[in-house]
Order: sequence, then structure tokens, then C-alpha cells
Amino acid sequence: MSTATGTGIDLQQLAAEVVRKALAAGASDAEVTIREGDEFSVSVRLGEVETLKESGSRGVGLRVLVQADNGYRVASTSSSDFTSEGIEHLVAGAVALAKVTSVDPFAGLAELGEFGQLDGDLQLYHEDVYSLPPPERIALARRAEAAAMAVDTRLVNSDGASFDAATGQRIFANSRGFAGEYRSSYCSIAASPIAQSQNGEMQRDYWWSQARAFRDLDQPEAVGQEAARRTLRMLDARRVATQQAPVIFAPEVARGLVGSIFDAATGDAIYREASIFTGKLGQQVAAESVTVVDDGTIVGGFGTSPFDAEGLPSRRTVIVERGILRNYVLNTYSGRKLGMKSTGNAGRGLAGNPYLDAGNLFLEAGAEAPDAILRSVDQGLYVTRLMGQGVNPVTGDYSRGAAGLWIENGEVAYSVHEITIAGNLNDMLRNITAIGNDLVFRGATAAPTLRIDGMTIAGE
Amino acid sequence: MDHKRYFLEKFGVTDRLLERCLGEALSAGGDYADLYFESVAATSLGVDESIVKSASQGVSAGCGVRVVSGERTGYAYTDDLSADRLLRAARTAALIANGPATQTVQGFTETEVPNLYPAPAADLDTDLASKLDLVMRADRAARKYDPRVTQVRASYADELRRILVAASDGTYASDTQPMARMNVFVLAKDATRTAKGSSGGGGRVEIGYFAGPKRPEHFAEEAARTAILQLSAVAAPAGEMEVVLGPGWPGVLLHEAVGHGLEADFNRKKTSAFAGMIGRQVASPKVTVVDNGRMPSRRGSLNVDDEGSATQETVLIENGVLKCYLSDKLSARLMGIPGTGNGRRESYQQIPMPRMTNTYMLAGEDDPYDIIRSVKRGLYAVNFGGGQVDITSGKFVFSASEAYLIEDGKVTAPVRDATLIGNGPEALKHVSMVGNDLALDEGIGTCGKDGQSVPVGVGMPTVKLDRMTVGGTGR
Repeated sequence: MSTATGTGIDLQQLAAEVVRKALAAGASDAEVTIREGDEFSVSVRLGEVETLKESGSRGVGLRVLVQADNGYRVASTSSSDFTSEGIEHLVAGAVALAKVTSVDPFAGLAELGEFGQLDGDLQLYHEDVYSLPPPERIALARRAEAAAMAVDTRLVNSDGASFDAATGQRIFANSRGFAGEYRSSYCSIAASPIAQSQNGEMQRDYWWSQARAFRDLDQPEAVGQEAARRTLRMLDARRVATQQAPVIFAPEVARGLVGSIFDAATGDAIYREASIFTGKLGQQVAAESVTVVDDGTIVGGFGTSPFDAEGLPSRRTVIVERGILRNYVLNTYSGRKLGMKSTGNAGRGLAGNPYLDAGNLFLEAGAEAPDAILRSVDQGLYVTRLMGQGVNPVTGDYSRGAAGLWIENGEVAYSVHEITIAGNLNDMLRNITAIGNDLVFRGATAAPTLRIDGMTIAGE
Repeated sequence: MDHKRYFLEKFGVTDRLLERCLGEALSAGGDYADLYFESVAATSLGVDESIVKSASQGVSAGCGVRVVSGERTGYAYTDDLSADRLLRAARTAALIANGPATQTVQGFTETEVPNLYPAPAADLDTDLASKLDLVMRADRAARKYDPRVTQVRASYADELRRILVAASDGTYASDTQPMARMNVFVLAKDATRTAKGSSGGGGRVEIGYFAGPKRPEHFAEEAARTAILQLSAVAAPAGEMEVVLGPGWPGVLLHEAVGHGLEADFNRKKTSAFAGMIGRQVASPKVTVVDNGRMPSRRGSLNVDDEGSATQETVLIENGVLKCYLSDKLSARLMGIPGTGNGRRESYQQIPMPRMTNTYMLAGEDDPYDIIRSVKRGLYAVNFGGGQVDITSGKFVFSASEAYLIEDGKVTAPVRDATLIGNGPEALKHVSMVGNDLALDEGIGTCGKDGQSVPVGVGMPTVKLDRMTVGGTGR
């Protein structure tokens, strides 16, 4: 399926043309982003197709910088209209808007030597995500759901199973001569069965597999069976008394903590002094066993790209090394505010200023088997699901709804829900007392099993 | 430009083309088809560190084609509104069905719509100066509030959405939907601590709204007040206790505890903890909850929903008894229940589904002061961040961003952020007092479901819950 590219416009040429038009209209510098994508999505429920979606769309964004005595005024526009009239409107709008913004001494593109992109095949795009005919894609979702439902008679209902595939193309060009383009592909299978206990209580969980190439996806049966296992183990969940106890974060929730570490290390939060890491470069911020890395260069990674949203090559940045805060993550603007260079972590939407974005972000694996970590706990919580936003990036206060398994004497005793776990990120990172050897990328952010001591569990 | 003629004049979308596309959509035997045309123009401005660092404008347009065959939905969309592309999208969506055409396209009957909000004539408001003035005033007011304020970010964003819906059952509706919003984010710092505060609001209004009581200074001072307050906050308590929720935005409790669980799609599939509970007592007799898409200028309001159906006021829970689910066309047809005009979608790229509009609890008879006085030891929560619900288990959370301890009937120390958790079908049974002070939120709510975000409103009077779990770290 190639809908949007069928229009015959060379998008790289278009990007270069928009840059030229912006300069001609009065911009001192310009950046153009073009995104194009196709999606296919099918969901089945109880064996029947529920929704089937297939389409494509695209958009173009322009950011202009107009030089003043002491910096630049910036503004941006975006559009889904690729006609020449639409492009004229895009350019004229951006230049007009820049007249109303303030001169910002820190605004401006990166230095000439900083632009560039990774060489070689990063294996981000695989034709095979669309190689299967639709009936077979539907069959994949059906197989995942059927495998889940067959596991146990207590699986009485289903929130469905799905197969999704998407391809996208991203083009970026600026007035300093950078021009880059890359394609990426993605596909996934997911299943979400519902189990019911004798007293009528329902529980739902899910599992998924995602990959850049179809051939790398897990078998639908494996996805369905894992979804069933996870759902069934939640049945007959109880609440527990309010207490302090060790909390073990399963990998799928531990990765949220790694995301909070990244957020705290972003240059934006640092220059505003809005982070628990403000002024802590070179200091101990986490347990000595903790190393956190952002790496946008891993071949085939979900967070890999040849260049960031400002045209700088993606790279590997060690954020926390053996508990010491080593680097902030920066784009050009936040770097300049801090007197540092970008770490190639710029992200952006079609319109708006660049923000900060992670590549492949992970906490390095430790030596312990997850089972051994469970066995190390006398009385505590193995948390498999977290609810709500409950993380204050400024104070580090952490309080979220939780569900999972209660551990007694190193063994799973029963499932628990309708409880919260709370603490402060500053303490939580220092109180990581065990790190699993089970680091697996199931998305762009990954973490192994983590044990954290000293958190408060609120329940009955 | 008259919104009824907008897609004709700008994109050449004639009634005949609509009929052709719908005919093509039903060509493989679907039961029902609809077209959703959307054109959006948006502007945003931001002041940060007292300078205007960002200004952006965007335009997008497209059409989504849906075909329903039994319980199956086929969907395709295009951002190119030429006849070729529309017909191609219709043919793609048509393939959900498998057979000869059986349905014909009915003659169009225009949905009668109220006039709940202004319909600005201009495509993009070029009056940037007055928008800039709003954000600059917010910056100044927040900084003036207290010398401990160190960072201020203020933004203004508006959007004008035009829609046209045409369906094979003869539905034909169009609307122009404005939305404007201000946000202020403040950081405050003292010798030992840093804290944040935020505030915002708006609705389906024009810029003149911010010259009234909800002027930029209102939002700025509110954000600054919260940040300063948080500098002296103590640890939130942990465990089950009495909880008093203030009026207005704490109504997010209703949105999470019952609102999502009452969306008809979940109940049709029996995946909701509320499935099969119509007519049952699900809340204290003091609780009556409605969803109302017809409130003038409100963020969650719509003249017409995204399936072209008229919106309405729907009583969900009356004196504690579950009365009704929120439905869209598909759920109404499959369940044999009345449609409630709650079919909504984020954009033309998305399939509509039952969603809330403005959801609130009606006022009771208690004096808010009596409610506080009745609590020996508990939490008084007056402002919240977001929430989340697992509609199958019924467990829901919402996070307090401004809350205080109640000790011996008096509001005492402010507490740090804490998440509250409860069980949807049970939580409202613990409502023992309902205040006479119903208030709606200031217009900041965005609801997410299946990856689709739509603007919503919530509201509530002061309410006492005899028990709820508070997720702090203190005693």
C-alpha cells in the first residue's frame, strides 16, 4: 500500500523549495519537516472482525527564524495542503507570525559543524510489514485472541485482539544545507482477554509484540497465551493494609521510572531549575548499581533515527553512570541556555519549537534473575500495572495507583489491586536494591525488573 | 463563510458527490455508511521567561468514510478532498462488507441544531496583538503575585473546526466549533524547595471571553497561588479515610468513577464493571449525575455530535440508581437503546465512539462548611491533575494537585501531590453529604480513550465520601 506517495511530488525537493521560499519571503533561516504515513489496523473480538482501517496522510511544517540585533524571532506553521496555494499560505503565514514574537538571544540553528546523519542501513524500514494480504493480517489477530481464550474457561470475554502495521517517511531540510530523509516501519500484535472469577469480579490485562519487520514479530499464539496468563493471575485480587514494604517493579512498569529519569535530565527542565537533577551533574543521584543510557543509534531500534529533529546525528548519551549523573539530554536551544552542546535529542511536531525526545532509552541490566529478586522479599508488592500520571517532575513526588501480586516469604501469595504506591523519586532512585538481568526492548524505552525499598503502599 | 456551504465553496463538495461517495461506500453490501468532513485552523502563542518564544498556526482538512456491516466497521480517510480520493476512500471502507449492495442512500434531512457557541466568520483570526496581550498580562500578573515566583509560562491557543456529516440514513449536519484556552504554569522557589502550580481555562468561546471574570490575571494568580502554597506542603496521608472534594474540577471523580464505565460500547460488549446494572443502585441516593452536551459555550458542548446527531442532556444516575448509558449510533442500534448524541471522534482520521460531553453531579442541600465540620480526620481536595480508569475492574485513580488535611472539622495544612484510588461501582455509595454549591470546571478537560483525545467538561458540588484510599506517604 502506498497511497500518499502516489501523488508524484518529490518530498525532498518540496522541502528544499519551502526553505527557499521562506528565505525569499524574509526569513533568515528556515527548517522544514514533512511527514507522510500509511496505517493499517484490524481488531477482532470474539472471533469476528470489529474494525478495519486503512489509510494514509501527510503534513508539512515550517519554522522560520528572523534575525534581529541580538538573536532571532521565531514562528512556525503547518498544513496538510500540499498544493502551491497551500505552500504559499504556509510560508507567508510563518513569516508574518515571526513579526509578533520576541527576539530570543538563545534562539538559532545549530553550528555548521554539528549537522549530519548516521551512515549505513539502520534497518528502520522493512517492506514485509505490508507483504501479507489483509485476510492474513486479520487471521493473525484472530489467532492471538483464540489462543488467549483457549487457555482457561475463566476467560469468558474479550476486549479484542489486533494487528497493526504502519510505515512512515520523515523529511527534514534547513537553510544551513542539511537535507535528510528516512523511512520507518512498524507492526504489532496485541490481545486483551477478560477473566471472571466465581464471585463475578472481572479482570483484564493484555500483552503485545511489536517489531519493525513482520518476521521479527512473536507468534500470535505466544502473544495470546501470555495475555491470558497475565489476566488470569489477577483474578480474586485483594487489597492490602497500608504499610511500608519493598516494591518490585516488573519490566513493563519499571520503564516508566526510566522515562522519569530522562525527563529529569532534559535540558529544558534543568535550565528552568524545574528538575530534581538541577545542579547535580557529577553527583550521586541513584544507587551505585544504576546506569541509564539514551542511545539513538542502535540498529533496528524503536527509538533509532539517523538524525534528530534539528538535523544533528543521533548518538549515545550516558545519563546516569553507576549512580552518578553524567550528562543532561539537550537540543540546540537548551544546550545554549546551559552553555553546552546539543546531545542530538531534539524532537518536534510539525509546528512549534523543538522539544526533547529520547532515542532508545534504557536502564542497564543487572545480574540477578527476576525470580531471585522475588525470592529476596519477605513481604512486599510485585507491581505489574500502574495507573494515573502521579509523578511531579519538579518535586519528585511519586504517587500512583497500582495492581500486581503480593509476595510473602519470597513466593507469590495472591493478586492485589485498588492500592497506591508512593515515595519521592530522589529516594526511590537511591533505594534501588536489586536490578534484574531481564532487559528486553518492547518499545523505545526499556528497563529490567527493579526492586525499590522504602515506598509506602496505601490500601485498606 | 456559512458553515453549511463551507465544504462546497472551498472544496467543491456537492450533495451529489456526497451521495456518490455514500453509494460507493455501500457498494459491497454495508448496512450503513457515513462521511465526516473536517477542516481545522489553529493558532497558539506562548510567553516563556517573559518573552514570546513561540507562535504557530496550522491548518488541516480531511474526510473519514465509515461503513458498518452488522457489528463490523470499515474505515478509511483522506486528506485530499478531490472526488477521486473521496471515492477511493469509500471503496476501501466498503470492503468491510462482502456482497452485493443492499442499502440505498436516503434523501438528506438536516439535523436541527441549537446555537450554543459563536461561529466566527474568519478562517484564521489575524488579531494576534490582542492574543499577545493576554499572555504577556498573565506573565506579569504571576510574577507580581509573589517574589518567590521564578518561572512563568503562559499560552493562548484557539481553534476553529468546521464539520460536515452526511450518512446513508439521511443524516446531514454541519457545524462550526470554536475553542479557546489559556494556560499558565508557574514555578516558585524558596531557600529549600521548588514547587509548581498551574491553571487554565476557556471553552467554545472567542477571545472576548478572556476580558470577563476569567481574565489572564485570574489564571496567573491561581497558578502562582498554588505554587506558593506547595512550598509549605506536608506529606499527604496514606490509607483509607474520609475525603471531601471541593466544587468544580474535582468532578473528574465522576468522569473516571462512573462516566467511562457507562459508555455504551463497553456495556454492549459487557467489558464494563457497570454492564447489566441499569435500574440498580450504584451510588448513594443523594447522587444524581448527568451528561449534558447542550450547555452554552462549554468546552465539552456540541451543537451536533460527530455522527450528525443532536446532542442532549442525559440523566446517567438518578438518586443513586443507574438510568442510562451514553450511546452512539452503532451501540444504540445494536443494543436497541435510544441514541444520546454522544458519538465523538478526535479527527477525521478516527472512528467515532461513545464519549462524554460535560458530566456533572447535581447540587444537594448541604452547606459546604457543615461538610468540612463533619470530618474528624480526612483530606479536603480542591484541585486535581488527570485521572484514569480500568473500566473492566472498575478501579480508578485521580491525582490531587491541591489538597489539605482536615483535622477535627478544620482545614489545616496543605499536602503534597497524592493519587486517590477507588472502585467505580462502589465509590459513590460512600457519598454521605452533597453540597449546595455546584460548580463546573473552568474549561481544561481533555479525555483520552483508545488513543483519541476529545475536549470535555466536568462539575460537582462539594461532596463528602465516607471512605476513599489516599496514596500519600505520611501518617
